Amino acid sequence: MGTRNYKRKTSHSESGPGDGGRTGSWRVERPVFDQSLCIPCKRNKEACFICWLFCPEIVISRTIPPKVNLEYCKGCGICAEECPTKAITMVDEAKFTEEDKD
Amino acid sequence: MHIIENGNVAAALGVRLCRASVIAAYPITPQTPLTERLSEYVEAGDMKAEYIPVESEHSAMAVCIAAASAGARVFTATSANGLLYMHEQIQWAAGARLPIVMCLVNRAVGAPWNIWNDQQDSISQRDTGWMQVYCSDHQQIIDSVIKAYWLAEKVNIPIMVCYDGYILSHTYMPFDVPDQQQVDAFLPPFRPDYILSPENPANLNTVTLPDVRVDVHGELAHGYMEIRYLLQEDMRTALAVAADAEKKFTEIFGRGGNPYLEPYRCDDAEFVAVGIGSMTYQLRVSVDALRKEGVKVGVMGVRFYRPFPDEAIANALKGKKGVIVFEKALSYGYEGALASDLKSALYEHLAGTGDLPTVQNFIAGIGGRDIRTEDLTQYLRAATQSRVSKEPLWIGLKL
Amino acid sequence: MQAKTTILSLPTEEFVHPGTRACTGCGLAIAYRVGLKALGKDTMLIVPPSCLTVLQGLFPVASTKLPCLNVTFASTAAAATGILAALKTQGNEHTTVAAWAGDGGTSDIGLQALSGAAERGDKFIYLCYDNEGYMNTGAQRSGTTPIGAITANTPFKGKLQQKKDVPAIMAAHHLSYVAACSAAYPLDLFDKIRKCIDMPGTKYFHIHIPCPPGWGYDPRYGIKIGRLAVETGYYDLYEIVNGEFKLTAASEKLVEKHKLVPVREYFRSQSRFRMLTDAQIADIQRQIDEKWAGYYTKDE
Repeated sequence: MGTRNYKRKTSHSESGPGDGGRTGSWRVERPVFDQSLCIPCKRNKEACFICWLFCPEIVISRTIPPKVNLEYCKGCGICAEECPTKAITMVDEAKFTEEDKD
Repeated sequence: MHIIENGNVAAALGVRLCRASVIAAYPITPQTPLTERLSEYVEAGDMKAEYIPVESEHSAMAVCIAAASAGARVFTATSANGLLYMHEQIQWAAGARLPIVMCLVNRAVGAPWNIWNDQQDSISQRDTGWMQVYCSDHQQIIDSVIKAYWLAEKVNIPIMVCYDGYILSHTYMPFDVPDQQQVDAFLPPFRPDYILSPENPANLNTVTLPDVRVDVHGELAHGYMEIRYLLQEDMRTALAVAADAEKKFTEIFGRGGNPYLEPYRCDDAEFVAVGIGSMTYQLRVSVDALRKEGVKVGVMGVRFYRPFPDEAIANALKGKKGVIVFEKALSYGYEGALASDLKSALYEHLAGTGDLPTVQNFIAGIGGRDIRTEDLTQYLRAATQSRVSKEPLWIGLKL
Repeated sequence: MQAKTTILSLPTEEFVHPGTRACTGCGLAIAYRVGLKALGKDTMLIVPPSCLTVLQGLFPVASTKLPCLNVTFASTAAAATGILAALKTQGNEHTTVAAWAGDGGTSDIGLQALSGAAERGDKFIYLCYDNEGYMNTGAQRSGTTPIGAITANTPFKGKLQQKKDVPAIMAAHHLSYVAACSAAYPLDLFDKIRKCIDMPGTKYFHIHIPCPPGWGYDPRYGIKIGRLAVETGYYDLYEIVNGEFKLTAASEKLVEKHKLVPVREYFRSQSRFRMLTDAQIADIQRQIDEKWAGYYTKDE
């Protein structure tokens, strides 16, 4: 089954996630949130969201609490470094079980 | 309307009639008067187009590629080193399957610098995936530009309309300028299958893998090899589409004929001279002279060089005793490019049949060296009598 | 004067998908994401070979949601001209045309076409993302690599030449708007794009982009390092509006503060500067101090 009937004859790409595959597999550590330190969580209203702003992979949601899309999070640690209240810690992937790794 | 004008003006008139809407212009002798004339049309309001005075030929083709991707009918023109500077973009336009029309006013390439006519510039681009059509007079120039847009937009492959610098670009000839109405009837507005736009976003011509890969809809998409194969396949199909173009053109404009070849006194010829461009008309004078001597010779101009009309050429030369190829270019390190391609076509179709003619190769007019008709006649006559040279013979060489 | 955008007022719509092939902690990814928010949906992009080409994805998957034309290395600005021309023939004067090119594709191979487009006054935004080297091909030196930086082809001595000042070159084209920005200050980038989007002619942006593998640091420090470049007065955030120069954001604040972090701190944070001698660092510090003395004087 070849590509004879493919609708395009040129290199023409439509948009979608995961061009790099499951980039979450690149991680050696993942961000863990301590909601007791997270400003929007504590105030229960829109505030801070520095982690959302600086995430290069756009995997942190602008929600209360912020959530990380582990499918694609590469574990860069910028969110942890920039969080003004140190609410985010980078934790070794090895510490998470096979179930957790989804 | 019949007028007397030079070849560059014939081309410019063709572009105007085709309603090209984006023109990229960079000066280079002997093309410059063509794009100068277009600037006059645009500034005077005779032509509704964006005229972009780019800062290099590489950028001229970049403008064409981008504008065509966004749905505009484009045009540019160049010669020699300008074409060579564009080469990367030439390859790009073909792979991007854009129906760009470019006039190539044939001129010798540097080094060393030379502004006069030969065909090394366009011939050196034959492997790029562009269609190439060559003109022998001004009527062919204006008509070929019009047909070029039709053909390119039908098959989504760029095309260069080539004509000899100075010999055609700067000389004056009478020719017919078609009515705008006729051209509009022949050539509809440009309506590509896809126009890059925010309404219909896509990422065009990004890195493409060696292998096939599933797209965002779960469908298996081409690898690089399939995309390139389709270019080749569509180029070969374009030969038939070119015949359609010719037929339609003849219906509307009342002139036309063989889209690939221009034979003269070939039917009963035993020997056929083959060439590209204005030299073939000069060879007609030699043919007439030799016919008077009783030599059964004819001359055939090759109009379509890419895609190469191998079958048409083989059929035209089948059973002839000898073919004598005269060229203004060569593939350095071997022989004339046309001679090679022609031999390949003859071999492919006629080997083992007993109808395979001999082929001899002459190189002439390199760097605008004057081609004397008496020299053409002399060598053509000699070639009908024996094998003149093992290696391609350079006529008019003064070593 | 338009109000400064805050994190909370930043538009939430995303124009890039996650899961790209960009490196872990890529500075470009941050600048690009926020830059696209500023440019908006009605935008057409032009991208030459560069890190962004890879970030945007390989056929047939695009991580970018906006229309994009990939072009040859030298032709970015000329392609922008071509897109504009086509839009004009279609009567479209509203779609933004934005070219995103790397520092190699801008200061080296792309400079000619950029200068041509700027001289013609073609109305598009050109954004040079400057990670200070040909990072996509393995961190070779470019025209904007700073002096002393170890790169893949300045492997032992570090680059011997100065960083090319591209914004100054572009300012010499008498553009309506030239800006120097940084991935570490994305809101400043956002506001500047929004400010100039309707200005005439070519608008030029130079964006400083921290690059973990190219510069040699733990990815988590990317924003910190980008900030350090500004806080040391080494890299300035500014805009030139119709020829008038003005420091902005954190750089503007530094004039009031009258105190710069020693540039040594910036060099210490990245392994690419490991060959800089004390004398070289002192020399660079002196140049920075001279530059800022000029800023302080202008301010008085």
